[in-house]
Amino acid sequence: MSGSHDQAEPHGAHGDDHAPHGSLRGYVTGFLLSVVLTAIPFWLVMNDILGNATLTAIVIMAFAAAQIVVHMVYFLHMNGRSEGGWNMMGLIFTLVIVAIVLAGSLWVMFHLNSNMMPDMHRM
Amino acid sequence: MTSYPDWWKLIFGRFTLEAIPYHEPILIGTFAAVALGGLALVALVTRLKLWGYLWHEWFTSVDHKKIGIMYMILGVIMLLRGFADALMMRGQQAIAFAGNEGYLPPHHYDQIFTAHGVIMIFFVAMPFVTGLMNYVVPLQIGARDVAFPFLNNFSFWMTVSGAVLVMMSLFIGEFAKVGWLAYPPLSGAAYSPGVGMDYYLWALQIAGVGTTLSGVNLIATIVKMRAPGMEMMRMPVFTWTALCTNVLIVATFPILAATLALLTLDRYVGTNFFTNDLGGNPMMYVNLIWIWGHPEVYILILPIFGVYSEVASTFCGKRLFGYASMVYATVVITILSYLVWLHHFFTMGSGASVNSFFGITTMIISIPTGAKIFNWLFTMYRGRIRFELPMMWLLAFMLTFVIGGMTGVMLAVPPADFVLHNSLFLIAHFHNVIIGGVVFGVFAGIAYWFPKAFGFKLDRFWGLLSFWFWVIGFYVAFMPLYVLGLMGVTRRLSRFEDPSLQIWFVVAAMGAVLIALGILCFIIQIAVSIMRREQLRDVTGDPWDGRTLEWSTSSPPPAYNFAFTPIVHDLDAWADMKKRGYSRPLGGFKPIHMPRNTGAGVIIAGLATVCGFALIWYIWWLAALTFIGVVATAIIHSFNYDRDFHIPADDVVREEDARSRQLGRA
Repeated sequence: MSGSHDQAEPHGAHGDDHAPHGSLRGYVTGFLLSVVLTAIPFWLVMNDILGNATLTAIVIMAFAAAQIVVHMVYFLHMNGRSEGGWNMMGLIFTLVIVAIVLAGSLWVMFHLNSNMMPDMHRM
Repeated sequence: MTSYPDWWKLIFGRFTLEAIPYHEPILIGTFAAVALGGLALVALVTRLKLWGYLWHEWFTSVDHKKIGIMYMILGVIMLLRGFADALMMRGQQAIAFAGNEGYLPPHHYDQIFTAHGVIMIFFVAMPFVTGLMNYVVPLQIGARDVAFPFLNNFSFWMTVSGAVLVMMSLFIGEFAKVGWLAYPPLSGAAYSPGVGMDYYLWALQIAGVGTTLSGVNLIATIVKMRAPGMEMMRMPVFTWTALCTNVLIVATFPILAATLALLTLDRYVGTNFFTNDLGGNPMMYVNLIWIWGHPEVYILILPIFGVYSEVASTFCGKRLFGYASMVYATVVITILSYLVWLHHFFTMGSGASVNSFFGITTMIISIPTGAKIFNWLFTMYRGRIRFELPMMWLLAFMLTFVIGGMTGVMLAVPPADFVLHNSLFLIAHFHNVIIGGVVFGVFAGIAYWFPKAFGFKLDRFWGLLSFWFWVIGFYVAFMPLYVLGLMGVTRRLSRFEDPSLQIWFVVAAMGAVLIALGILCFIIQIAVSIMRREQLRDVTGDPWDGRTLEWSTSSPPPAYNFAFTPIVHDLDAWADMKKRGYSRPLGGFKPIHMPRNTGAGVIIAGLATVCGFALIWYIWWLAALTFIGVVATAIIHSFNYDRDFHIPADDVVREEDARSRQLGRA
């Protein structure tokens, strides 16, 4: 959507920080980390290394979370400075909302279940 | 039921001729009226040879001002439809007593209350709010357009597409009979097998795309395109509230989309997310939909708080009292609006600890809202108040909204909610805040910015009539519902046994008629104002002695909004410029770089409408075809590099000279 406007002369308030769109080195690092972080969970599941389904699930979730961070840092160029700090602000807001939604839903649904679906616990 | 051959099903899916409700006299009458009216409109437009004008100047326009006006027109049209539903409900409830069945059979009545809620929230309140933000925000921050002009046009047409699907359900098939939030298991395939629920799902899904994208667009606009010198804490309050609202939109509409998508999967491919058996959990749907639904009510009211703030400071002739506290209150509400959703289902059984947490957060959120009321009051204190129409709406709002807010705090007390839940008390409460808050604010905004958009003020006499009909009508229509709710009458009933309740419903119906007169007066007001536009003309561009940048340019503003980007030194930039003796630049104009109109938005949204229709009726070949069409058009559009142009400096000079002559005459 180029050409939307050209009115503003460059000035500080707009944060004209042409954030670097990554380097080859950054992309390769990100790619390698992603591959490793994907390969390990596969290996854990396929060879049943941990011998415990719950533990495996938790470990895989941890790897998935790490994967998200890798993608954000190396592919989406998330850092405290890009777009004058707005990216980081947006990320923090998103994390807060996601935390509220997930934790809140689990809390609410757990209570609903134990109060309203007593049969589920006997099953 | 005649049975249809296989080839019919292949071509037309589950559409049959019985789906046309020709056996319902009310619908046939409506259809005849709509069809005749539509034909007359098409004939008129053709006769006046306006199709080219409409297509080139409006439908394909990427100008935020024109898109904003089109949003407002969409809102007015859908208001008429949604209000017709309201009148029908009030009429039915006023007569359906003690054996009298009324004139609406239950299956029709259920569609009406569902359509009323869906239309009023998604296709009246949302277009009004988005329209105001679209029109005003770029002007307030001194920008020439939004950040992504094409996306803006596309968002608008996706909203229209959803509205079109809802309207189609009136004449082809049926609409949902499940209430505006469509709780499963009632809304699941087992209990709502018809097309009504599918109309609901696809209409909201398509319109939701538009809403989300317009949220992205306005955030980018506000963050990136403010005039030099306009720091965050120098932004007009309306822009602040618009920013917070769009943050809410971007953060919550995906939740709605995901929830509806899961329900769609339940209905189309037989998953069991929200069914009663096989591990499904309908309570999860209620939980998810309200995680969207509660922020949604703040999406509607926050920008309207912004409108009231602009109106208060302009018509009291002074700075808004407590600008910083207003901004912080808005931001706090933005966050807190995510912490209260369970108060919509206290009675579902989460237990005391969960209920008390959400009851307390709900009471907390009323604190920043109450602070705002005091800000407006203190702005009025010792102000030179001019009782123009927008100011009248502000006063009516402050009185009415406080009542609605207090009944809201009553509902926030979980034990009280167990008595009042799903009763007409709740209905009265949320109409109290939505009409007394959002609708009054929209009318304040229309009266306030109409002269900016069209260059002449709205007629005061008809505006006052509309105002009084609305305000009195609101009280007459909804105060009886508080009473009925306290007596235990539940919502969504189509007939009653106890004749002692009837008088309250009759009074409420009269209130609805008063509001209908208010709407009529509003439409007459527009017509009269257009006819009297020469007397009502404003050539200064600043008819109210405004304080923010939109009043610094002409009315209506030129396509490029500002010949030179204004430089901001203070809050209330235009008031500051006037105080320091600002003089308009009269020379040195340069060519202005602008985005070019494109029809891609109309085409994609049109294809999306057909795709939605095909999915509703299981016409798979058409759905596949149009979906491919949507993707292909989007890709082809991305290769269209002819998307900008320069307004030549000569044209800018001509435009600005015309304004100089106008100002000289004034």
